[in-house]
Amino acid sequence: MKRIQRAFENKKDGLLSIFITAGYPNLNDTVEVLKELEANGVDMVELGIPFSDPMADGPVIQEASGVAINNGMTLKLLFEQLKDLRKQVNIPVLLMGYLNPVMQYGYEAFCKSCKEVGIDGVILPDLPLYEYEEEYKDLFESHGLANVFLVTPETSVERIQKLDTLTNGFLYLVSSSSTTGKKDGIDGTTDYFKRVQNMKLNSPTLIGFNVKDAASYKTACTYSQGAIIGTAFIRSLNKNNDLKTAIQEFISSIRQEKIENNA
Amino acid sequence: MSYNVDEKGYYGQFGGAYIPEMLYPNIEELRENYLKISQTEEFKKEFDHLLRHYVGRPTPLYLAKRLSAKYGAKIYLKREDLNHTGAHKVNNTVGQILLAQRLGKKRIIAETGAGQHGVATATVCALMGMECVVYMGAVDIERQQPNVKRMQMLGAKVVAAESGSKTLKDATNEAIRDWINNPTDTYYIIGSVVGPHPYPDMVARFQSVISEEMKWQLMEHEGRDYPDRVIACVGGGSNAAGAFYHYLDDERVELIAAEPAGLGLNSGKTAATTSKGKPGVLHAAKTLLMQTEDGQVVEPYSISAGLDYPGIGPMHAHLFDSGRGSFEYVTDDEALKACFEVSKLEGIIPALETAHAFAALNNLDLKKDEIVVINLSGRGDKDLNTLMKYV
Ligand SMILES: Cc1ncc(COP(=O)(O)O)c(C=O)c1O
Repeated sequence: MKRIQRAFENKKDGLLSIFITAGYPNLNDTVEVLKELEANGVDMVELGIPFSDPMADGPVIQEASGVAINNGMTLKLLFEQLKDLRKQVNIPVLLMGYLNPVMQYGYEAFCKSCKEVGIDGVILPDLPLYEYEEEYKDLFESHGLANVFLVTPETSVERIQKLDTLTNGFLYLVSSSSTTGKKDGIDGTTDYFKRVQNMKLNSPTLIGFNVKDAASYKTACTYSQGAIIGTAFIRSLNKNNDLKTAIQEFISSIRQEKIENNA
Repeated sequence: MSYNVDEKGYYGQFGGAYIPEMLYPNIEELRENYLKISQTEEFKKEFDHLLRHYVGRPTPLYLAKRLSAKYGAKIYLKREDLNHTGAHKVNNTVGQILLAQRLGKKRIIAETGAGQHGVATATVCALMGMECVVYMGAVDIERQQPNVKRMQMLGAKVVAAESGSKTLKDATNEAIRDWINNPTDTYYIIGSVVGPHPYPDMVARFQSVISEEMKWQLMEHEGRDYPDRVIACVGGGSNAAGAFYHYLDDERVELIAAEPAGLGLNSGKTAATTSKGKPGVLHAAKTLLMQTEDGQVVEPYSISAGLDYPGIGPMHAHLFDSGRGSFEYVTDDEALKACFEVSKLEGIIPALETAHAFAALNNLDLKKDEIVVINLSGRGDKDLNTLMKYV
């Protein structure tokens, strides 16, 4: 939780957060990817817990999830891989995934393992708000876990306000009502970004889903503290066998325009 | 204790709405309106009218004499196979399309396993002049070809689901994804008592016409409005929910659910959820689910496409958990045998799904004057591709 807060304090805009499925492309790449992302100036990482039936994901993340499961990835193994995370990586790391693997691991055991390895927050899109409030809020908070909620263009003002007070991390603005990696860019929904921006929320916001290149990253940064990129990043790993090069090339391609602009 | 849904959308510990935010407005809209709309006189009138004059209800409750003689009980068949389109599925699609219209939706999507729900959806879409897209697993498209052609004739677009085991579960994933991508103009007609609240309750209500009719029909035949046992097959559990509905809290009636054991309970090729499953979340409901220790959904298997699902509706998970329901497991071979037996004894070729309910008779200790109702959920024409190998 603290690391997330600090990240937003240190950087008022232009945050770049990357989503990557744990155990992808290879089973033991998880920590290596985290280190490379940090080395290339990425501010935060969402580590995806693979699930067999990712109903909110498009083909690219579905496939990454399937590959990771075939590689032998499990939540238990993920926590083992992350055992020395905080000796190697300083940026905030969140776990993002579907509820069922967490439920089978056990909510308490899950929170405990998160705390032990230094996970800063969770994004569990199919955990209902009522269940979180009634049963898990205290548990998550007492283990230092920020819970991040999704907001979409269809989310009502009252609900956004409620989510704003409930989160102790940030709000994840889903760029359009879509599965991940579905639409081309995020230009179509700037009215919605403006609407949320004008609400003057207490929590920071990041825009994700369909952010894919320097231009869409820049748009996202105009209306929020930064962007989350998943599908486009995973796709870039598929094109390049060498992780290090792939990550470096991708991140610099995203930041490029931002750097030029500041210059 | 009530075995029906509570005001929060749960059956005991099962049910609820485990949906991502992208679906929240759709589900909220439905939750706020499904009872309000479906309980108006105007809605009820049109629903009843269509069931009577378009679907062909009430369906007969037929005393199967030769089957009764063979098994030593009074066995009645609730003839859902005689509905228009050949299965119980249409009861639900008529109800949901009337709801979709009243919510101002323009486009209908559905998932289908055996293709019966797909056909029933395509049918009501044709009737109402609405656009229709049906998701169907690529494996099921192979084994239920006649239904694919029927849907296409009815004007629906059939989209193959190529992920996972390419069956009902994966078709459902694709339909949910479509809904996420088309949140405002599209209505998702779910085909069973699965998915987020209010779907299980809504589908159960639309199917409850089955046991509503059973009550007065039994009264006519037997002078009492309840049987000793009701048997139904369970994929997601909509025909069973309809057949059980008005007896849920009537403990005189044994509720028997026939689940598909596939090649055998311990073969690793099964879809017997209550035997092999643990509580989990799939397709936005908490229910019993076949899964690995890590929470990955196990690919199910059954000869019958309509039962080939790794979960079960939350109502049935609760009937199992509470002991109110009796669960019987029927293998592919037992179902096939029952299918041929009923064909020869009663002149009715049942669907392979329904054949599981008939096969469950073998597991019961029946008494001579006992009254048993089997819900004959659908006819077997669609299964000829599979059955042909055995004739
Ligand atoms: C004839 C028939 N019976 C039963 C089923 C299983 O569905 P449910 O368990 O929802 O009744 C199907 C599904 O396709 C079917 O076609």
